[in-house]
Amino acid sequence: MGKFGFSVMETRTVNFGELDNRLLGYVLENEASFLTCISCGGCTATCSAGNLIDFNVRKINLFLRRCDIESLAREIDKCMLCGKCTLVCPRDINIRNVVMLIKKGIVKFRNE
Amino acid sequence: MGKSIVTIGGGIAGIEASGILAELGYAVSVIEKEPDFGGKLKNWDHLFPNMRKAEEIEDYLSRKGKTPGITLFPNTTIASFENIKSGFVLKSNHGVSYSAHAVIVATGFEVFSAERKEEYGYKIYDNVITSADLEKRLKSGTPLTTLAGKTPQRIAFIHCVGSRDAKVGNTYCSKVCCVTGVKQAIEVNKLLPATQIFNFYMDLRMHGLEHEEIYKTAQEKHNIQFIRGRLSEVSENIDHSLLIKAEDTLSGRPLKMNVDLVVLLVGMEPGVGTTAIGKACNIEFNQYGYLKIPDVHLAGNLTSRKGIFVAGSCSCPMSVKDTIEHARSAAFEVHRYLIEN
Repeated sequence: MGKFGFSVMETRTVNFGELDNRLLGYVLENEASFLTCISCGGCTATCSAGNLIDFNVRKINLFLRRCDIESLAREIDKCMLCGKCTLVCPRDINIRNVVMLIKKGIVKFRNE
Repeated sequence: MGKSIVTIGGGIAGIEASGILAELGYAVSVIEKEPDFGGKLKNWDHLFPNMRKAEEIEDYLSRKGKTPGITLFPNTTIASFENIKSGFVLKSNHGVSYSAHAVIVATGFEVFSAERKEEYGYKIYDNVITSADLEKRLKSGTPLTTLAGKTPQRIAFIHCVGSRDAKVGNTYCSKVCCVTGVKQAIEVNKLLPATQIFNFYMDLRMHGLEHEEIYKTAQEKHNIQFIRGRLSEVSENIDHSLLIKAEDTLSGRPLKMNVDLVVLLVGMEPGVGTTAIGKACNIEFNQYGYLKIPDVHLAGNLTSRKGIFVAGSCSCPMSVKDTIEHARSAAFEVHRYLIEN
């Protein structure tokens, strides 16, 4: 049988049943204010890093909730921890603490 | 019947509830701190959802205020509040005593003071105004220009200013600003068809039969552009135009825009009058500082004290339509109470 160059593509569907939500649980347990994010984008608008490079702090919530740890690990290191996002957040979320928890959690669950 | 009622507040709710009770034969005294009646309605130009002139409702209320049985007391505030066996005695700042078998608190709301949201530059930059300011300007009929007299090429309406914002202490939705913002955008488009108009929103809460239709009309007929992103800050350019920053959340990128005029859609807050009267009457407040109602479904006009009732936006943010309905149900509750007691 010759090779035709076809392959089976992986599905792009988000399958909630198969997500590994340990990191999400860890972050929410330690920073409950993050439960209340409404994705308004105020954080991204004011973000020191995001105005210069391809970094979207709002999407951290999305990556975390969709358990996309790979994207999260890539993005989280772009944060400079300046805390401006925390200043503008209308839900008063401690975003800087969320970032710190994600950094800790990634290491923690990688080793488990 | 010979029973008397004191209504505190001569705005929409106070006049409507008092008018109905006077028609039912009660003697109603309406206490108003301002020299004239009608509350904030006199500052509004057109009302959603049908864009009628606010003056039509003003005329209706001024007729209602002349119902035999009503006595209006302008420039009057309550200095003391006392319980007696048959009800209450209220003393005014002029030393007049009013006895009442029932009291209606209809002290209304205050517009959020936008200068508290300092990063938006209200009262710092020339061309940042509030929705309440715009309403007055539309009503005055003077051309809508920047402070320097230039026709604005681009205007941004900012939703949720002073609402849904833990940083200013108001976590609730003020309910009327979404539709007000879209209504005003349409009105500005009619006046200045060449001006680009952008509405920056977090969620557009266009509830009910008519509000979604206003939104659709804004898209179809008025070329209003909607950007989903909360404003982080406003700064002023050297020519007094404004630079606004938000995230364009749907494209996921930070956004900057130069505009000639920023309109802040300010929310509602319980007024100082509501706080003072609530304390004087010793009734409870809810966590937001509005007057607390004991049951949201079944007792929307009662307070924590028997004989004291609430009408209108001193209990929660309300539109003009909601306020009139709430005032009518307050009149019914007072009537029922006075028959039973």
